[in-house]
Amino acid sequence: MKPKNKGSIDYKRILLPFAGISAGLILGGIIIAMQGVNPFYAYYYLLYGAIGNKQSLISSLLKTIPLGIVGLAVIFSYKAGIFNIGGEGQFYLGAVGATLVGTMPLPIPALMHVLLCIVAAIVFGGLFALLPGYLKAYKGFNEIVITMLLNYVALLFTSLLLQGPMQEPGTFFNRSSLFVPTALLPAVFPGQRLHWGIGIFLVLALLLHVLYRYTTLGFRIENVGLNRRASRYSGENTKHLMLFSMIISGSIAGMAGAIEVMGVNGRLVENFISGVGYDGIAIALLANLNPLMSILAAFFFGALRNGASSMQIATGVSSSFVYIIQAMAVLSVITMPGIPRIMKKMKARRVKNHA
Amino acid sequence: MSEILVLKNITKAFPKVIANQDVNFSLQKGQVHALLGENGAGKTTLMNCVCGLYQQTSGEIFINNQAVRIDNCSQAVAHGIGMVHQHFMLVPELSVAENVILGLKREKDFFIKIEDVEREVAELSEKYHFGLNPKAFIKDLPVGMQQRVEILKVIYRQASIIILDEATAVLTPQESEELFHIVENLVKQEKSVILITHKLSEVMRLADQVTVLRDGKVVGTVSKEKTNERELAKMMVGRDVLFDFKRGKELEKSLKMNVENLTVIDTRGIEKIHQLSFSLYSGEILGVAGVDGNGQLELSEALTGMTTYHGGSITLADKTYKHMSTKESYRNGVSHIPQDRQHTGLIMERSLEKNMILADYWKKEFSSYGFLNQKSITKHAATLMQSFDIKASSPLARIRELSGGNQQKVILAREISRGPDILIAVQPTRGLDIGATEFVRQQLIDERDKGTAVLLISTELDEIMQVADRIAVLYKGEFMGILDRDCLDVHEIGLMMAGVRKKEMEGGYDEA
Ligand SMILES: Nc1ncnc2c1ncn2[C@@H]1O[C@H](COP(=O)(O)OP(=O)(O)OP(=O)(O)O)[C@@H](O)[C@H]1O
Ligand SMILES: [Mg+2]
Repeated sequence: MKPKNKGSIDYKRILLPFAGISAGLILGGIIIAMQGVNPFYAYYYLLYGAIGNKQSLISSLLKTIPLGIVGLAVIFSYKAGIFNIGGEGQFYLGAVGATLVGTMPLPIPALMHVLLCIVAAIVFGGLFALLPGYLKAYKGFNEIVITMLLNYVALLFTSLLLQGPMQEPGTFFNRSSLFVPTALLPAVFPGQRLHWGIGIFLVLALLLHVLYRYTTLGFRIENVGLNRRASRYSGENTKHLMLFSMIISGSIAGMAGAIEVMGVNGRLVENFISGVGYDGIAIALLANLNPLMSILAAFFFGALRNGASSMQIATGVSSSFVYIIQAMAVLSVITMPGIPRIMKKMKARRVKNHA
Repeated sequence: MSEILVLKNITKAFPKVIANQDVNFSLQKGQVHALLGENGAGKTTLMNCVCGLYQQTSGEIFINNQAVRIDNCSQAVAHGIGMVHQHFMLVPELSVAENVILGLKREKDFFIKIEDVEREVAELSEKYHFGLNPKAFIKDLPVGMQQRVEILKVIYRQASIIILDEATAVLTPQESEELFHIVENLVKQEKSVILITHKLSEVMRLADQVTVLRDGKVVGTVSKEKTNERELAKMMVGRDVLFDFKRGKELEKSLKMNVENLTVIDTRGIEKIHQLSFSLYSGEILGVAGVDGNGQLELSEALTGMTTYHGGSITLADKTYKHMSTKESYRNGVSHIPQDRQHTGLIMERSLEKNMILADYWKKEFSSYGFLNQKSITKHAATLMQSFDIKASSPLARIRELSGGNQQKVILAREISRGPDILIAVQPTRGLDIGATEFVRQQLIDERDKGTAVLLISTELDEIMQVADRIAVLYKGEFMGILDRDCLDVHEIGLMMAGVRKKEMEGGYDEA
């Protein structure tokens, strides 16, 4: 994707995610109307279910956190020219790492314990991205296939652990023991479910924004992604930098896994989330690879999913319908930059037909 | 004789620049019309309006005295217009025949029989003496052949108006000569040609009419009989261009780079550089002459770390390298003007100012504590734009929006202004107008006078003879000999370029 210049704000690029979301909602609305349901009615309940009251808003935010952080992970590798489809696997391994540390009672302060869990997740997620990163950067393998296959490895490996060494003693469920209290992510507001993962997400998005916009490291990473040969020409060790980006990408996804188990479930459960890696890709695309925009995109995804069931109960529109809206939004973002060209073509054709 | 193409008051405005303003132009059937102008004068843009890549902001296009609208490339093709672009638009992984039909839209072609196309391509290639194998892959063809594919593409689409944008910039003299024959052949077949070029000798050789653009406006149109190279140069640049260089006295020399038994094997296993040894000293320009394809690219890439070499060593600043990365080369003060500007030397999607600091971002001037210093980056770019006369709307302009010659100037400005110890320049003036060419050659000499060791690899013998202190001739990956500026013999260089060693010539005298 294109980088931007400081100083000249490219409004088109910033508006694109907003436009995509609007287009997704409009197109979705048309399809709802075709089913004989008033789309405004359906969207009212969708919105109500998503942010209608404090509880529903919190639920939406809880769904936003893992999606958004994995979205950032996808952005990180993509900037260096690597398409990381393995967010899901890295997410699971991160969760495993956090669980290893988090279920262990340690004589340290709570904050330290939480940090230690996150560090473990970063290491696990990063290491799991090491292999595809190495094969891509140094050996020219196709990273898409490798990361996708590794997702299955990670998922099955987690299940294996949860049926064996990491299983909670004395149960038949495939789940780990509960985290010790010092290793749980604290709530933002006492008594509410919203945990500090939301803060971590926002800070991380801001950090990445600063990285790409203001720092030499971000400059170099984007150079590799934009033109690997020119980057090498300029004295860059592109292989190192690509591997680095992939590892960080895996670490971020791993961290998301840790935050999810530490903030929501308090333990690792088999198949506790599904599709988060792919959703991350969709969010990265919807955000047009802009870290700040990924906040908006992730919240859009989180809110849609959270509001879906109330829409279904009130109007009968199936809750899986929100996936159509999501897909429409992402497709809109991908296709919109080409629309002026298509319009021109159509105009040209009209003129020709008249002539 | 009839006017086949007429442009009336064409204006093309981009958001920040007016590339063409009220341009009038007319092409006679069966003639060659040259379009001249400095870098960024608007030649490519004007022709892009004709071939449907851009739409003019105002003005009209007439073909055979009919007003036409050209909104896209297929309409241009329908009107019999075909363009060979400054930067080729071929798919390297596809065959010649496949490239020829790529993008062609005819209903009956829904199921294409590639054998038919191959036969047609072979026939056309025969008719125009192209010598192309329709089954060959583009990536295996030398540039000159690739260009013929581009021309063939245009002919295949039955173009009657053929636009060649700086067609000879990437060709060897021999290939250019062959292209001239092709153009003459085209004209014989009643086709009309628009020729964009910076080489005035080509204009005098081929053109019937000449139109000169400056800053987007027509300076004038003259017929070839009534003009000469000098006058054309003056019309273009607005002053005399004399190629009269100032060179300083020779300085005390010290060894800057020593190459021993360098051997480079390319990806297909062919030995491109064979046991090459030479030394490069401060304060000199070593010119490497030779016909293109004799290892120029591989030599420059090995010396700058862009490619690995398979034997021998390179010594820089007392350190001998058996392998060298681009970083090591850069850190030893080597600047590199690469042969391929768009894929190697620049990041097309980035701004001009960011391209100016591609390698130098870490310097105190441009960043502190890992944060880019935006103000001084912009200032640096603005300064270089001024001193190298780079035409762009601002330092923030994307490189892609710059004219071909101005893209080249960005690289030159960056690599020369760095103050290198060693400057490796490959075809540095390719695509530059004559004013800029003169300027850049003087810059190379100035660098030498400052004590830089310059290795100039160029297939233009004129360029090398004008600036080099010593001239080496590269043939099949080896130096046929190294001559001093003071005892130059063009005939001797010619023989060496054809593969005769200097020693052999001397040996010949011994025996006699
Ligand atoms: N897509 C674009 N967007 C903005 N400006 C452009 C674009 N294309 C060309 N320009 C500007 O228009 C002017 C004319 O460019 P053009 O490419 O026509 O020059 P040219 O005469 O072909 O030069 P050269 O000899 O260097 O190829 C330049 O100043 C260039 O920066
Ligand atoms: Mg041009």
